[in-house]
Amino acid sequence: MRNVLTIVGKELRSYFVSPIAYVVLTGFLLLGGWFFFNLLSRFNLLLSLYLQVQGGEAANRFNLNDSVIAPLMHNLAIILVILVPMITMRAYAEERKGGTYELLLTSPVRTGEIVLGKFFAAFLFIAIMIGLTLIYPAILMAFGNPEFGIMASGYLGLLLLATAFAAVGLLTSSFTENQIIAAVSGLVATLLLYVIGWPAETAGDALGSLLRYLSVTEHFAEMVRGIIDTRALIYFASLITLALFLTQRSVESLRWR
Amino acid sequence: MIEVQHLTKRYGDLTAVSDISFNVASGQILGFLGPNGSGKTTTMRIITGFMPATGGTVKVAGFDIFDDSFEARKRIGYLPESPPLYNDMTVAAYLRFVARIKGMRKAEIPDALDRVLTRCGLSTVTGRLTGHLSKGFRQRVGLAQAIIHNPQVLVLDEPTVGLDPQQIIEIRALIKELAGQHTVVLSTHILPEVAQVCEKVVIISAGQVVKEDMLANLTQEQTLEEVFLKAISQEEPQQEPPNGEEAGGAQ
Repeated sequence: MRNVLTIVGKELRSYFVSPIAYVVLTGFLLLGGWFFFNLLSRFNLLLSLYLQVQGGEAANRFNLNDSVIAPLMHNLAIILVILVPMITMRAYAEERKGGTYELLLTSPVRTGEIVLGKFFAAFLFIAIMIGLTLIYPAILMAFGNPEFGIMASGYLGLLLLATAFAAVGLLTSSFTENQIIAAVSGLVATLLLYVIGWPAETAGDALGSLLRYLSVTEHFAEMVRGIIDTRALIYFASLITLALFLTQRSVESLRWR
Repeated sequence: MIEVQHLTKRYGDLTAVSDISFNVASGQILGFLGPNGSGKTTTMRIITGFMPATGGTVKVAGFDIFDDSFEARKRIGYLPESPPLYNDMTVAAYLRFVARIKGMRKAEIPDALDRVLTRCGLSTVTGRLTGHLSKGFRQRVGLAQAIIHNPQVLVLDEPTVGLDPQQIIEIRALIKELAGQHTVVLSTHILPEVAQVCEKVVIISAGQVVKEDMLANLTQEQTLEEVFLKAISQEEPQQEPPNGEEAGGAQ
């Protein structure tokens, strides 16, 4: 445990001394702010139109959760598909390239501790990143009355999704010493997880429900709607565990070459 | 202190190290010599627990590097061929990190840090990023990293490669100073370095030990250069008979 904390500290420090962290954070908040602004102004426009035309009856069908929060969550998820692999790409690739693997693997530290340390550091970074976007619901809470529970569930979904992506990105980083390859293969993997459910409707019952279960989007969309299903929690937990386990094997396998 | 017995390492079909055995006594500096590609780095990586051997055993301070890996690794300081530095960390932060993962207690670290900074002449660069240091300073940080936890055994892989003469002299003096308290394995292909620094010499060639003796015994009648060249060329006639037999068999 002590070693895990040491590695977390070192990793977090290296996130924040490299410009990557600031570029990623700025880009994420810039895009997030742009989506939020547009969704909100569209909501405002539609609401005022409906109020004029039908005397307020139809306007009751609108609410902040469905029209602003939910699409915002889905948009942020798509940005995370792209950005998370960029955050995790250097985690192992850089150690291999710089020869620091030799330091880590000849120290009295278990491979699992290295893997967990790097994972928790990536998780904390992502939590900070997503935490900064809490400003949007805070604004909505201040000026409107969105339903808090649904927002909380959506945010939990976003955090789980990003954490799962981080675990996958760390895995692809452990395969190579080239950061570009790590980022691209991470991006392909996270994007695949995002779209794997698309053919579900035409794939027949058994395969369709399997694909739906494998897709992060299905579970995430439910949480954005405010439904926290144990199946979704188990899905994210097993995806993360599997990725971490494979990462541990992959790091360990370097010794055997 | 270090016992290497019948060590063999194969990468697929390639045999990098074949049936190597040697011992290093406590406090001794062992010069580990051999031409490039003779298996020096592979052997050192096995001794430090970076990779497992295909066969044979290594004991460091009485602990088997495979079975008691953690205990053995705690007692080893290792400077790989290129110093394993994190370029985005300052010298002090880096050394503190290494001290932690080597298992030192928090309270012991400040003293240990002061000690290695002075010893390796790094006091003026503690706040600099390791990525901004010159090659000589990077090598010294690498050495500081290897000795910060005061290990019984030091494994140094070509510690003076690429340094200027002044730095080479400094690093050699430092290594000499370290002997006595530490057992040192020093790999190199610079022969004068061995003559100046080491007490015992192991010469390997094509993955096999071709000479193991005290430096004083080796250099009684001839220079180290002669001993080295003789030792590595001895290897060839040994390898030729099987080839000869093969050729004979074909006829």
